[in-house]
Amino acid sequence: MMIILKFANPILGLVIAPFLLGVINRTKAVFAGRTGQPLLQPYYDIWKLLRKGAVYSRTTSWIFRAGPVLGLAVTLTAALLMPFGGIPAAIAFKGDLILFIYLFGLMRFFTVISALDTGSSFGGMGASREVTFSALSEPALLIGLAAIAKCTGYISLTQMFSSVVPGLWLHSGPALVLAGVALLIVFLAENCRIPVDDPNTHLELTMIHEVMALDHGGPDFGFILYSAALKMWLLGQILIGIAVPIHSGNIWLDTSAATVAMLLLAVVVGIIESSMARLRLLHVPQLLIGATTLSVLALVLR
Amino acid sequence: MSLFLWGLVIILAGGLASLFSGRRPGLATFLGSVSAVVGSVVAVVPAFKVLLTGSTESLRLNWSVPAGSFFIQIDPISALFLIPILGLTAIAAIYGAEYLWAYREKKNLGVPWFFYNLLLAGMMLVVVARNGLLFLVAWEIMSLASFFLVTFEYEKPTVRQAGWIYLIATHIGTAFLIVFFILLGRQASSLDFDKISEIPSSLASVLFVLAVIGFGTKAGFMPLHVWLPYAHPAAPSHVSAVMSGVMIKTGIYGLVRALTLLGMPPVWWCWALIGIGAISGVLGVLFALAQHDLKRLLAYHSVENIGIITIGLGVGLLGINMNSPTLAILGFGGGLLHVINHAVFKGLLFLGAGAVLHSSGTGHIDLLGGLIKRMPITAFTFLVGSIAISGLPPLNGFISEFLIYLGVFKNGMAGGFESIIPALVVIGSLALIGGLALACFTKAFGVIFLGEPRSNYAKQAHEVGFFMKSSMVILAALCVLLGICSPLVIKSAENVIFEITSIPLETVHTELAATSAVLTNIVIISLVLLGLTAIFAVLRKLMLSTRGIRQVGTWDCGYARPDARMQYTAASFAQPLTDLFKMFLRSLKKISPVKGIFPAQSAFHTDTSDISEKYMYQPLFSWVSSSFSRLRWLQQGRLQIYILYIALTLWILLIWKLM
Repeated sequence: MMIILKFANPILGLVIAPFLLGVINRTKAVFAGRTGQPLLQPYYDIWKLLRKGAVYSRTTSWIFRAGPVLGLAVTLTAALLMPFGGIPAAIAFKGDLILFIYLFGLMRFFTVISALDTGSSFGGMGASREVTFSALSEPALLIGLAAIAKCTGYISLTQMFSSVVPGLWLHSGPALVLAGVALLIVFLAENCRIPVDDPNTHLELTMIHEVMALDHGGPDFGFILYSAALKMWLLGQILIGIAVPIHSGNIWLDTSAATVAMLLLAVVVGIIESSMARLRLLHVPQLLIGATTLSVLALVLR
Repeated sequence: MSLFLWGLVIILAGGLASLFSGRRPGLATFLGSVSAVVGSVVAVVPAFKVLLTGSTESLRLNWSVPAGSFFIQIDPISALFLIPILGLTAIAAIYGAEYLWAYREKKNLGVPWFFYNLLLAGMMLVVVARNGLLFLVAWEIMSLASFFLVTFEYEKPTVRQAGWIYLIATHIGTAFLIVFFILLGRQASSLDFDKISEIPSSLASVLFVLAVIGFGTKAGFMPLHVWLPYAHPAAPSHVSAVMSGVMIKTGIYGLVRALTLLGMPPVWWCWALIGIGAISGVLGVLFALAQHDLKRLLAYHSVENIGIITIGLGVGLLGINMNSPTLAILGFGGGLLHVINHAVFKGLLFLGAGAVLHSSGTGHIDLLGGLIKRMPITAFTFLVGSIAISGLPPLNGFISEFLIYLGVFKNGMAGGFESIIPALVVIGSLALIGGLALACFTKAFGVIFLGEPRSNYAKQAHEVGFFMKSSMVILAALCVLLGICSPLVIKSAENVIFEITSIPLETVHTELAATSAVLTNIVIISLVLLGLTAIFAVLRKLMLSTRGIRQVGTWDCGYARPDARMQYTAASFAQPLTDLFKMFLRSLKKISPVKGIFPAQSAFHTDTSDISEKYMYQPLFSWVSSSFSRLRWLQQGRLQIYILYIALTLWILLIWKLM
């Protein structure tokens, strides 16, 4: 039982993460008055891709093939560091939040060089935007988490989120709200959602994440979709950890509450995507610098 | 100690022998490189012994120079710096043997090998010297030997200019150090380091400023770094690796040594170091991002990494000031571990840059591309170095940055406002540096090694030979090993940290044991990551083994004539970031845009020169030269007048003495 509990978050992630994308798409469809694709469509897509053959550009090298594999490995490894609801992280230690964030840095490194490996200008554009925006969102993310750590007094993700209780919200609500908003912006930027990037865009020139994966196909692309869903699942858990201070001690109850909260987060993302347009690329840095400012305020206010 | 001296003798004798056998390039190369390697291996034994046991070894000989004594000592601090100095210089010597071979018909190879070994000997003496005068002599040997190595290709005007800038910059630094040692020696009435005790706090602050400027010039603090972007690209690549990997660290060594002599730090010292570190780190990586030349880019990254090290030292000093052993130990531990880590990965990257330069003939990033197919080993090792320098797990660069992060996180959580502000500054700047370094090295690796070749330089590139390859592979393996073995590595820093901070050895021991336990968790995660990567790689292979795999061209939106020149270049890749930070970079842009329906040739050119050079040093030096030109009437160029000056001077001195 303990062993299963240790690997519960990666397993839950593998099972549930693509469903979040389904929920987001359904929410957007409802707002647009469409029926929308089935809720399980992302699973069908990944399954279909995993059974296909592959097409590679002659320009590419082993980097292009290694990128998706490493991305999936990184997201699953990062899942070992993240507590979820009543489930503690498989490995928790002081400062694990730094490792958690830097693991995604490693994934980004490989996504970016896989895009450059195709020699395509589109890949270059996406890669260039990705590194620009992530360089700006990284301080917001780390300082935001430092603010949460300051509020709770812990620097390990498991202890940090298990000590976000209603009492803490009464005590240091403003700091939590500021950090929460900053982390929501980072969440949207890191997962390439509106207002930073539009996953439904059809023009290579305006894409960020999609264009980096433009030349990938077959199982490789399946891996990329899966790891993107997992990344959203994991970064969402930071937001859930702050916003849902439910710690009854019953593992089933807590985990169900967290799961429901994750689905609600997906609905919120869907609502944001339906109610606003994406920003011009030139204005994205301002948004991210704004998020950093909020994080700084949260840390200093506390 | 005797082994250390034997090593020194072997290195110097090998260098001299190489100088005298310059007519026979094979023999000169053999003598120079083999003596450097053998001497390093011999001398590194006592360094390891001192580091691990915490004992010190010293030797004091009489020296007929006034106020000087030949007093040398290996203590744990010296040992910590000796190990990367000896290790990297030996590995780079293996590389240099092949790298310099290409010049055997044009140049006398005895000369660079002589100065290479002299540089090594100078660095060794700098870190063991315990007398101010001996230290300065060693410092000069090191600076002059590296000057002659930088000007190896003196027939090129750019190299000569780089040499002069380096020579002037390093001597301005030395001038501050001379004042530093004079003031220090006057206080203690001896220049031996062990005689120096209680320094009044006002003098200590003056000495601190002098040390920061003097040693900071060598280390490359912003804005004293101006010589780095010139000297590193001009020098032969194995020399750049040594200069950037370990020689600039003697500046950090000097600063650490000075801090141990100056006593209890006031809080503004800590702030000064954290501030200098943050500014050097962020601006260093920003300027690196705007560069088009690979070695110049790497030179700016040295400024960035020196910044990270200095942040670590500042955090450690703050720990001493705030009486928080945890902060002191993690700050100094992270900073000093980064000294070693940077030596390994920056050495590796400069050797990789040298391999690219050697085989393609250019270091201009935008002319390269697709080298991963032509130089697979170089590409792989350069990738390892790039990941390490970007501070990403599971390699060594992450570990040292993690320790600094951990220190300020722990301290910031525990304390009040006065510990939140350093946490904010350090976390913010390290995060920004990390993000920008990732941008810079995905750019460098991606544009040089991936995609299609952008010019004939890239097309003619080939893999380098055995010696160059193997030295890069050794350094890449060290990047991995230092990451995976970090729990053990950090424990060996026990004696060094005790020596610097004077925190009781037991406290250091327990703190480092706790840190080591944390690092063990990181290693477990790293191993899980490697395991999962292997599993998914096999899974992918199995899935694709029975299915069709086709090779086609890259998706080009249906364009009929794709061309390698349409690829994203380094300049276009970095453009969003360089535009965002243009208030610091002040790049010059020359654009002749596309006009009309049938456009003629158009062009785009950017050039990012150094702001501190342009807005600080150039005005300063032109002011100096114009004010000195008013004294030109003194120089008539006639012998009689100079004799008159001498006679007048003697007269005045005589009268002064009589009065």
